[in-house]
Amino acid sequence: MIEARLLTKVFRDRRKGEIRGADGVSFRVEPGRIYGLLGANGAGKTTTLRLLATLLRPTAGTATVAGHDIVREPEKVRAHVGFLAASTALYARLTAREMIAYFGRLNGLGEPELRARIRALADELGMHDFLDRRCDKLSTGMKQKTSIARMLVHDPQVMIFDEPTLGLDVMASRAIVEFVRQCRDRGKTVIYSTHVMSEAEKLCDVIGIIHDGRLRAEGTLGEILGLAGGAGLEESFVRIVTAEGRE
Amino acid sequence: MIRRSIGTIYAKELADSLRDRRTLVSTLLVPTLLMPVLILGIGTLASRVFSRARQEVPRIMVVGGADSPGVRAELERSGKFRVETASADWKRLISDRKVRAAVEIPEGFERALESGSAPPVTLYDFEGELNSGLAVGQLRNFFTGLRERTTAKILAARGLPVSVARPFEVRQSNVAPPEKTGGNLVGGILAYIIITFCVIGAMYPAMDLAAGEKERGTMETLLCSPASRTDIVLGKFLMVLTGSLAAVACSLISLVVTLAVVGGALGTGAGGAARGAGVSMTVDPLGLLGVLAMVIPVSVLFSAVLFTVSLFAKSYKEAQTYAQPVVFIGIIPLGIGTLPGINLNLPLALVPVLNISLVCKEMLSGVWHWGYIAAIFATTAVYAAVALALAVRMFKSEGVLFRT
Repeated sequence: MIEARLLTKVFRDRRKGEIRGADGVSFRVEPGRIYGLLGANGAGKTTTLRLLATLLRPTAGTATVAGHDIVREPEKVRAHVGFLAASTALYARLTAREMIAYFGRLNGLGEPELRARIRALADELGMHDFLDRRCDKLSTGMKQKTSIARMLVHDPQVMIFDEPTLGLDVMASRAIVEFVRQCRDRGKTVIYSTHVMSEAEKLCDVIGIIHDGRLRAEGTLGEILGLAGGAGLEESFVRIVTAEGRE
Repeated sequence: MIRRSIGTIYAKELADSLRDRRTLVSTLLVPTLLMPVLILGIGTLASRVFSRARQEVPRIMVVGGADSPGVRAELERSGKFRVETASADWKRLISDRKVRAAVEIPEGFERALESGSAPPVTLYDFEGELNSGLAVGQLRNFFTGLRERTTAKILAARGLPVSVARPFEVRQSNVAPPEKTGGNLVGGILAYIIITFCVIGAMYPAMDLAAGEKERGTMETLLCSPASRTDIVLGKFLMVLTGSLAAVACSLISLVVTLAVVGGALGTGAGGAARGAGVSMTVDPLGLLGVLAMVIPVSVLFSAVLFTVSLFAKSYKEAQTYAQPVVFIGIIPLGIGTLPGINLNLPLALVPVLNISLVCKEMLSGVWHWGYIAAIFATTAVYAAVALALAVRMFKSEGVLFRT
């Protein structure tokens, strides 16, 4: 489970001054549910997710992820989290197997357990053909599978996806979306950030609309549509964001 | 658990770096090849240039001396010079290296010589130019000989023995063993080369493991793992240190092998030239081991500094820009250490890098000042620890890690 309580992150920039990447963000994600964090570029999605994954430390507020506090127990949080973003790349000079094994070892898996886990993931994701090929020689689809295997190697309870389909073609994006659904079906706690409305509509059980670092609205797809009175999610999103901006 | 993470990260970085051509070239290939190239290649080239210069019969000009034909004839008879009467532009000809040197024989020189009170002869050369220096040296020898013969003649005419003018001889003899002589001559340069390799060996792994990872997006992937930031820094730092020490080890092994080859190649190339010049190419093996021990803390220091600097950079290219001044700042004290007359003392023992350079020079000459050695090792270890602590601190800074 994820529970964010007034999560705030302030960045200080010499030219722009104080920037509030996340501003009092609170939400809760239950196991077996997908929480969609919907926002435009620079809205605060990545900052919020990096705070949850303990890559950043909050300026104020906190969160518990899989029962561990992100400020007091960041290493324990990371041990229970799988994080996948467009910016999380693979080591070009390692093979897919070495890449998965590296993160398995960092997550404390023993060698026999690691071998069994890599075999199981390769079976599940269809990776046997390229498991011993260097990552820089893999196709986009193969890289994506390797990244997913890297994320799953320690079987985390919480899955954090930060715009994972960014820059991918339709087929690769569909595969990711399908994988996220499978995570939910396995009872994982999933948080998924995107600015693609169709993805949020298809995937998310609960949607949080974030803008200027603040959570502007939250609810199921129906609740969001009802709240904004828009014909679709895109229109509702624009109404919520611009209405708040006028206030 | 902490140790396991560090080991896991180090093992991965080692495997990764061994597949990186740039790292392999800078840490293994260049240090291995440069020593033979420097010692054999440049040494042989220098010896050839020197022996060709010595074989040359230099073209010299005589300024004046029309009333001293005997001196000029003797110069010509010596067979050591191509003697010509000075033209109006003889100074320019020396500057243009067309004439090696000139001698100005004053008016009435020969006549005055017989009375024992001749005016001075002036030699002209191109200072710092090898051939000109050799030519003027031979001219000096010629006129010294002429002076001694004249003295002997005058003394004989007065019935006095030659020993009146030269009551005793001065002789010089080297008592230092060959390894100490060799160490003293080449120690400064060897220390310079070895410490330079300790910087170069650390540079590419540091840039690749810090700025390179940030640029490629793998740093964020690694930060998602449960490994603590300190473990990540230490694992990566150990790899940078390995690169530095590997470069030093390669250069030292290469040096020992090259010196053994030079030692076996008597009479040829650099070895022959060195022996011809009375220089021993032997270096005390114990001194080399001492250098290796002293290089460890300086490797830690440079590895930590370069890693910290690279960490601050957003990209590999930016890291190169930042690393260059560090390399220069590190190499300047090394250069000072090779200067003659700069010797180890207490204030210099506290100057980072320069102290290592000076103590290495001493150890290679067989001089072991244990107090200084301990002080330098300890202070360098403290500097290295501070640099490493700074690297850990930098790695924990979000502003540095996510700098865009």
